[in-house]
Amino acid sequence: MTGPGGDDDSYGRLGPPAPRTAGDRVRTVVRGLGEVLITGGLVLLLFVVYELYVTDYLTGRKQEELTQELREEWSRPATADPQLRQVELGDAFGVLRIPRLGEDYARVILEGTSETQLSQGPGHYVGTAMPGEQGNVALAGHRVGKGSPFLDLDAMRPGDPVVVETADQWFVYRVLGDPATGDLDADPSGIAGMEIVRPTDTDVISPTPDQAASAAPTGAYLTLTTCHPRFSARQRLIIHARLDGGPLSKADLPDGPPALYEG
Amino acid sequence: MYAWIWRHLPGGTALKALQAFLLVAAVCALLLFVVFPWVEPRLPFNDVTVD
Repeated sequence: MTGPGGDDDSYGRLGPPAPRTAGDRVRTVVRGLGEVLITGGLVLLLFVVYELYVTDYLTGRKQEELTQELREEWSRPATADPQLRQVELGDAFGVLRIPRLGEDYARVILEGTSETQLSQGPGHYVGTAMPGEQGNVALAGHRVGKGSPFLDLDAMRPGDPVVVETADQWFVYRVLGDPATGDLDADPSGIAGMEIVRPTDTDVISPTPDQAASAAPTGAYLTLTTCHPRFSARQRLIIHARLDGGPLSKADLPDGPPALYEG
Repeated sequence: MYAWIWRHLPGGTALKALQAFLLVAAVCALLLFVVFPWVEPRLPFNDVTVD
């Protein structure tokens, strides 16, 4: 903000003020208007700082908390009643790891895709498949701000692992496409590894991506959605991946599946 | 506006400067931790889902 000093220093030192003229009044009004406009500009700048940095910080802290809670929950002996393992809206239930986005990239994922969940981490579309299930595990995440979990999703290449960790298993999904040529569109299934769609194209999270929402699943897929281009919400950037092999037991692989260490 | 505030702060220049600084800090904190978190979900550029 414009600190003290500036144009107003003279006020305090002047003797008894001269009678105010019409010009003085106009000057006061114009100066006030200018100050309001400058202040508005500074507030907008502060908002940009908030979006880009402060939300990152807040989400980072939240992610640390969630990670700790999830670890504690997972280390408790499994409850006999599977009902208690049911994932409710807002629950953190897994950890997403994407080596392409960073060696130590790990984000706790939550059930639900409203802002409450998305401000804490990537959110799982309610009603889509759970990790390992037939169908499509659909996750949404912020591109810029809120920890920017999906900022560099456009860097994904065919075959890149997307690993989901749950209470006792690892699931390795791989981005669709042809890893040999690097062509994201050349998957035998006909589903592209990456696409940019309109915000209304909900088919991308169908049980079989890009088919009707009512169509039966043809495999175990995972779809990531975020906004595109960066800083805009005009389109959506979509990544599709398919389950590679079955679930891996965390008891056998406490440090994670080999897919995490390919790079 | 700023001149008016400056004139109404008590004390000498140093004290006024300190108060002005605290005022600015308080306004920033209010914006960052109360106003912006409230405003943000109402703005259109944070949609990342398909629906």
